[in-house]
Order: sequence, then C-alpha cells, then structure tokens
Amino acid sequence: MAAIDIKGVGKTYVGNVNAVSDISIAIADGEFIVLVGPSGCGKSTLLRMVAGLERITDGTVSIGGRVVNEIEPAERDIAMVFQNYALYPHMSVYDNLAYGLKNRGTPKAEIDARVAEAARMLELQPYLERKPRALSGGQRQRVAMGRAIVRKPAAFLFDEPLSNLDAKLRVTMRGEIKQLQKRLGTTSIYVTHDQLEAMTLADRLVVLNGGRIEQIGAPLQVYHHPASTFVASFIGSPAMNLLKANVANGVISIGDGETGLRAGLPDGPVTLGARAEDLRLSDSGVGMPFTLAFVEDLGAQRLLHGHCAGQSVVVAVSPDLPLPSELRLAIASDRLHFFTADTGKRIEAASL
Amino acid sequence: MVENRPFLKLLSHLVLILGVVIVAFPVYVAFIASTHKTTDFITGVMPVLPGSDFLATYKTVLFSGLAAAGAPPIGMMLGNSLIMALAISIGKIVISILSAYAIVYFRFPFRQLAFWIIFVTLMLPVEVRIVPTFKVVADLGMLNSYAGLSIPLIASATATFLFRQFFLTVPDELLEAARVDGAGPLKFFKDILLPLSRTNIAALFVILFIYGWNQYLWPLIVTTDSEHYTIVMGIKRMSDVTDAEPQWNLVMAVAILAMLPPVLVVIFMQRLFVKGLVETEK
Ligand SMILES: Nc1ncnc2c1ncn2[C@@H]1O[C@H](COP(=O)(O)OP(=O)(O)OP(=O)(O)O)[C@@H](O)[C@H]1O
Ligand SMILES: [Mg+2]
Repeated sequence: MAAIDIKGVGKTYVGNVNAVSDISIAIADGEFIVLVGPSGCGKSTLLRMVAGLERITDGTVSIGGRVVNEIEPAERDIAMVFQNYALYPHMSVYDNLAYGLKNRGTPKAEIDARVAEAARMLELQPYLERKPRALSGGQRQRVAMGRAIVRKPAAFLFDEPLSNLDAKLRVTMRGEIKQLQKRLGTTSIYVTHDQLEAMTLADRLVVLNGGRIEQIGAPLQVYHHPASTFVASFIGSPAMNLLKANVANGVISIGDGETGLRAGLPDGPVTLGARAEDLRLSDSGVGMPFTLAFVEDLGAQRLLHGHCAGQSVVVAVSPDLPLPSELRLAIASDRLHFFTADTGKRIEAASL
Repeated sequence: MVENRPFLKLLSHLVLILGVVIVAFPVYVAFIASTHKTTDFITGVMPVLPGSDFLATYKTVLFSGLAAAGAPPIGMMLGNSLIMALAISIGKIVISILSAYAIVYFRFPFRQLAFWIIFVTLMLPVEVRIVPTFKVVADLGMLNSYAGLSIPLIASATATFLFRQFFLTVPDELLEAARVDGAGPLKFFKDILLPLSRTNIAALFVILFIYGWNQYLWPLIVTTDSEHYTIVMGIKRMSDVTDAEPQWNLVMAVAILAMLPPVLVVIFMQRLFVKGLVETEK
C-alpha cells in the first residue's frame, strides 16, 4: 500500500516528440485512478513511466514517499497488467503466477500459499497446470491479474487490460477488477480509452488530451462539470451537444433564433453545452425548433438526431413518448454548460 | 487441395513418386552395389538387383578396416565426422543465439555496425575465405586437430540472422513483464527466450549438423594426419586408389554408413519439430 506522487512529469521521445508534459497527480493510498483520453494522448507513456519501463525526462514520480525515477521496475514494488496479458507462453498458469515470487527468493511454501490464495480469489484453481494457450481470453485476463496480486505490490498498473475481450466479458471483468481492488485496497492506476469503463471504475478520473491533463475529478464531478469542451464531448455517451451561441443582454440565441434561455454571462459568443438526456421535447409550442434527421432506438432510450439552427443536436427521450409532428426543445437553465468560444474552457454563469 | 478428383489425385501421386524415385535411385544403387563382390563391377555394368555379399561387405568395412583401400578404420572416421559436426552445430547455435540476443535486446555503441558486419559475413562462405583462413589456422598450430576442423566453420552469420529474426517477433511486453517480475537480462534469456526458441534451435541443429557432416573441402585441407580424417574425405580417398581397381562394393558400403547419422538426426529431431508445430507456443 502506498501513495503515488506524480510531480511535473514530462516525456520527450527521441526526435523531440513531446508525448507527455507537465503532469502532476497526487494519488492517495488505496485510490483507484483512471487515466482516460483519446488514442495517442500519452496514457500508456505516463503509466509506463510510473512502472519504470520508460525513462522519465522531466519531473519526479514517488511511490510510498520514495522517488523512483532511477529505480528498476522490479524494485518499485508495483505490478503491471498488460493489454495483451504478456503471459509466459511456455509456463503453466502456476509458474506464470509464481515466477515473480521465485525471482525474489520467496520460500517455496509461501509461494504455494500465495498462488493458491490468488487462484481461489480469481477462480483459477482448475487451470493451474494448463498452459496459457489452453485458456479462454477471460481466463488469460484473470491469470494476468493473478500475476499482479500474488506479489502483493504497493500499486497495480493496468494498461487497457480489457480491450481484447468481447463486450459482455468486459463488463463482467470490469466488475471483478473493481471488487478486487476494493477488497485488497491497493492503489491502482488504470489506463483506458473507453469512457464508460473510466466512469464506472474510477475513484478519480484523469482526462488527458495531447499529453496534458484536461481535468481531474470524481467521475460524476467530471460528468456534471466538464472543465472544457474536450472533456464535455469525451465523457458521456452520447457526447454532449455543443452549440455555437451568442449572448446579448443575458439572452442566449443560437443562429438567428432566440432560445428563450437566459444566462448571467457577458455579451459575446459562447459555446453552449447540453447533455442529450437533459434536453426535453417541449409540448407547449415554445423552445428551439428542432428538425429531425433520424432516430436510433436503443431500447431503454430513443436518440433523436437532428438540427437546431443548422447545428447538429442529439436528444435522448423515453421510447414510449409519441413524437409530435413539430418538435421543439426545452432545457432547464441550470442544466446548461458554457464554454469560451475560443479556448473551450468552462465558464460559470452568474446566477440571475 | 480440398478438391477430390481422381485424376488430380493420380497425377499428384505420380509426380510425388517420380520425385522420390529420382532422389532415392542413387541411394538404391549405392546400397545394391554394397551387396556385391568387387569382381562384379569389372564388366562396367552396374547390377540393379541385390547380391549375396551384404554381410561380408559390411563385416569387412566395419571390423577389418580398409588398409588395402588406403583409408583409416571407418569407425574412427565416423567418430571424427561426428565430433566435427557436433562441434560445428552446437558451437554455432551457442554463439549465434548469444550474439542475436545482444543485438536485439541491448543498446550499445556501434550496435548497428556490429549487426552489419555479421550480416556481411553471410556473403563469405568457407570456400571464398579458405586461403587466409588456412593461413591463420596453420599459424595458430591448429592443423590436424578437432579445433582446426571445426572452429573456422563455426564463424558464420546465418544462424545469428535467423535467431535475430525470431527474437524480433517475441512481443516486447514479455520482456517488460519479466522486468516487472524481477528477471534480469540473464534470467530473461534463460527462463523465457531460450525455452521459446526451442523449436528454432532444433531446426537449426538439424541443418547445421548436416552442414558440418558434409564438409569436404575444409577437412581435406587442414588434415594430413589420418587420425583426423572425416568420413566424407574417406569415401573420396577410397575411390581414388592408384594402380588398382577401386573396391566399389566397399566404397558404397562406406557411403551408406556415412549417410546414416544425418538420417538418424533428422528422424530424431523430427519429433521435436512436429511437437513444436502442433503446440504453436505463440
Ligand atoms: N518510442 C516512441 N518514440 C516516439 N514517439 C512515441 C514512442 N512511443 C509513443 N510515442 C508517441 O507518444 C504519444 C503517446 O503515445 P502513447 O502510447 O502513450 O498513447 P496512448 O494514449 O497510450 O494511446 P492508445 O490509446 O492508442 O494506446 C503518441 O503520439 C506516440 O506516437
Ligand atoms: Mg496505450
């Protein structure tokens, strides 16, 4: 168990590729941190620097109060789970689990006990003698987890561990990882590009974009108060609607049409954010006119794709609601998000 | 082919049988010749049916030696060939797997240069560099020794190159997982890379053993003392007698015996191949 402190960390690859810059995250003991962001934003690079598989060019990483920049991965007291599992193909499941302990000179009896415990926790007992190739994807995934937990490390590092599994198994394994982490109370850093995985697993989310931190916060905090248009469109599905709008005397208009919404903002252009599920179809004949393009029925939800004043908008409605011929949208003003039109940073509207 | 047409089946079998006949016929002739008396060849016509002297010929070859034919005892020559072939194949595998490991997994100055130098030696087979090599071996006093027979043939890049290609296909994550698991460079090599290379090593061993066994020119040059003659040289010497008719039946019997060890190696190693193919450990 240990806290991990990442301070001003940056990574420049040869050829001046700046993969990660100036990242600072203070991770508390036992916390589950998820790094999320689009492909190529530097998630793996950051994780691998914590693991010691990649040299740190700037800043420091400390694990349990000890700066580990120059320390070998094996001495950092961490365990890593790889995307393709990286199980040793010629070793049985037992040997895969035991290998790290053997290398540390753990006594045989202790190894047996720890492997047995991990196997019981992960329901791997029937497979201990098998080779990895004789296991299903989910079982391999569990072996990879087992290899991490037998060592009882100070921290788990996961690099997209579920992305090779099918959708259903991913949900199951997601639950198992969460439970296991809570039970063991081990500090964890988890990398994913799947925002749903990020939302469900994290104690705190770190949203990365282009090698920089866009926002850090609890999943719901990030969901309800995205710090920028990037976070707003990345977290949540369907993505938040972002509309170019204009404020004049506290009245918001989109395109030529006034929305009837008011906001305590200075005059000028803004980006207006509205979650699909916060938008409602208004029945009173007021609200923004909405032209429907197509409908997606997801069972629990019905997504209406269309346009407001020439900008595309998605609305989530209840599937049993009849669709009137003329559609108008309404939204509670406290559900609106505002971002600066140029930098995309969040602005809080003064209450009216 | 999944097609099931009788004509195609017949044709493919015919082609295969023809191939086998072409390859096997000389071996068959050699075997038949070794079952006849020396005098049966004077007419100049090669018999195609087995003769009656099978036991007698092989008894002579194996036990009485061939002093008359100008060659040392065949058992010794077989032994020399075996030592040379094993030294070459094992030496090459050990050196090339280590150098491939260094080139693929370590970053050191002039690494690329080292690789290219090794690669260039691919273009220099023994025959091309035979004169300078002989000079070096002679100056080092290694003529007429097992070291002189095998060491110059160990240095070559083919195997290094093959191991390098194989190591490049091993996923990086395996190395990283091993590093996190506390395996240093030597442990990683011994516990992970070597077991994964098992089938490659077996395949190379077969190829290199046959390569070493069939060496002719080099042993001919570095050995003058019959204690170190190899079997392939021996066959040549026996068929090359002056002022007498070669004893073809004995020559052929030696040829047949010389063929056996490579065949045994192939048969024995084939089990490992097949195992490797069925397991597909990657
Ligand atoms: N060895 C390297 N040399 C140069 N650039 C690299 C190297 N490794 C990664 N990069 C660059 O660093 C950036 C971040 O890569 P990284 O692998 O961390 O992305 P990621 O967020 O994990 O993406 P993904 O979700 O696709 O795995 C990318 O732009 C990549 O091209
Ligand atoms: Mg990645």
